[in-house]
Amino acid sequence: MFPEFLQYHVAGAVNRFIDDLIASYASVFDSISDGILSFLLGVNSVLTFIPWWAYIIAVFLLSWYSSKKLIGSVVLAALPFLIGMFGLWAMALESLSVIITAVLLALAIGLPLGVLMAELRPVAAILRPILDGMQTMPSFVYLIPAMMLFGLGKVPAVLATLIYALPPVIRLTALGLNQVPKAVEEAALAYGATRWQLLKEVRLPLAMPSILAGVNQTTMMALAMVVISSMIGARGLGQEVLLSINRIDVGRGFEAGMSVVFLAIVIDRLTQNMAKRWEPPKR
Amino acid sequence: MDAPQQQDVAAAAPVAETGAEAILIRDLWKVYTRKKGMSVSSSDIENDELVEELDKGEDAVVAMKNVSLEINWGETFIIMGLSGSGKSTLIRCLLRLVEPTSGDIIINGENVTAMNKRQLVNFRREKIAMVFQHYGLLPHRTVLQNVTFGLKLRGDEKESRKEKAMDSLDKVGLKGWEKYYPAALSGGMRQRVGIARALVMDAPILLMDEPFSGLDPLIRRELQDEMIHLQKVMNKTIFFVTHDLSEALRMGDRMAIMKKGEIVQVGSPDEVIANPADEYVARFVQDEREHMRRAEEVLAWDMAGKEGAAHVS
Repeated sequence: MFPEFLQYHVAGAVNRFIDDLIASYASVFDSISDGILSFLLGVNSVLTFIPWWAYIIAVFLLSWYSSKKLIGSVVLAALPFLIGMFGLWAMALESLSVIITAVLLALAIGLPLGVLMAELRPVAAILRPILDGMQTMPSFVYLIPAMMLFGLGKVPAVLATLIYALPPVIRLTALGLNQVPKAVEEAALAYGATRWQLLKEVRLPLAMPSILAGVNQTTMMALAMVVISSMIGARGLGQEVLLSINRIDVGRGFEAGMSVVFLAIVIDRLTQNMAKRWEPPKR
Repeated sequence: MDAPQQQDVAAAAPVAETGAEAILIRDLWKVYTRKKGMSVSSSDIENDELVEELDKGEDAVVAMKNVSLEINWGETFIIMGLSGSGKSTLIRCLLRLVEPTSGDIIINGENVTAMNKRQLVNFRREKIAMVFQHYGLLPHRTVLQNVTFGLKLRGDEKESRKEKAMDSLDKVGLKGWEKYYPAALSGGMRQRVGIARALVMDAPILLMDEPFSGLDPLIRRELQDEMIHLQKVMNKTIFFVTHDLSEALRMGDRMAIMKKGEIVQVGSPDEVIANPADEYVARFVQDEREHMRRAEEVLAWDMAGKEGAAHVS
């Protein structure tokens, strides 16, 4: 066994540090918390205002419009119906509102960071190890800082989800921008493109498929994290899963788990089809 | 050609613009150095051999040594050399797509090497247009949008952009293709788009970096002929890089031969073939001399045959 006299705990110091932090910046955290919460509630009230059948029609139409596959679209539209059948409609909407909030925040932060990472070498040098760290960290660990600073409930869930879901959109935005063929960039420069024009007219449009793949990845990761964040008291599908684990209720767990999967499939299909529309035309 | 185009040509005719040369290059050098702790990215250097040398641990490689050239208004000037001779570096220096290490480039009376960013952007937009070996077309834009791209960058009106572009597409024989995307076009047609995009800028000077090297021989010949024809009407100053001697002979008024970053000979194609400056040039033009010798023999044989036939009848 590891010798006892070599043990040294930092837990006390961390606790004191967090206590001090919260004590001295309480107003900052409060306002962040309030802002996120009011946005989240706004999203949720919009989502609950829309009638259930409108979702099913919307999923079908979006899928049909972007893929032109009838059977696929019908199957895709049937998935949210199944969630409703299991009696988990309200839960699914609560999860969805956390996802939407977290993803919008992730995009607002991630897209500009991705562009900066591709444009400026020093930014890339600093960001890359941080992103590596963020992606190797087990997702549970994100719950700790979020919970420390914002307590229990939906707001820390949004923040934990945000941090967990952020890396792919940054990475894939930078990757897409860097993968633009040099010959095309050179031609644009030769015709007098400024740096901004080069970015707007050439690099961003050509990077779009990769950027949208990043958006898709970020959304998927947000969905995974939303389930985990039920551990710090976020209501939604994850809570159902957690409850059925605690009660060893396999049937209930199956319904909740399948609902998460259905939600994931619908979001994944829809965002992927969007991404395809942005690929440069073959004809 | 119809009348309005003729007028255009007259208005743009650059020959009378100034007494001085169109392009004046003085003592131009390009040295690639290794920055401390940084690997040289191959995107900065066109030339694989140079990258290899840097990788081998050399601190610096010379891509261009002491190049001085004068290109007159209205002539087609050819830069010839094998790959790795620095010709791509040279043509990119004219637009400062590659920054020269030292020396001066004076184009149309303006010192390009002394320009700041803003001036350089304006210069690229107004005075000079370039055609690339790998076309450099935008895959997400239609043929028409590709041709108008340069006009859009410099902020021309939308209506006039389209009008000029249609006119330019007409000149290169791509009428009716404006709604297609580059991916749907063959190599030759893509390069026609590249040429149309350059012509539409109405710049007095045209840079062409091995524009026909990637095309099959028949298409290459077709495009060369069209370019010669267009040049007769437009009378631009063309700076043309190639590694193909027959292309140089067909297209060029004068040519310079480059070897390992240096200019080894400048002269008209005939002069170069007749009096190669050194062994490198001689080897370059050997085939052509051979052809000419054979052509003379065939001609002599032909004449003899005809005379023989005349005797019989």
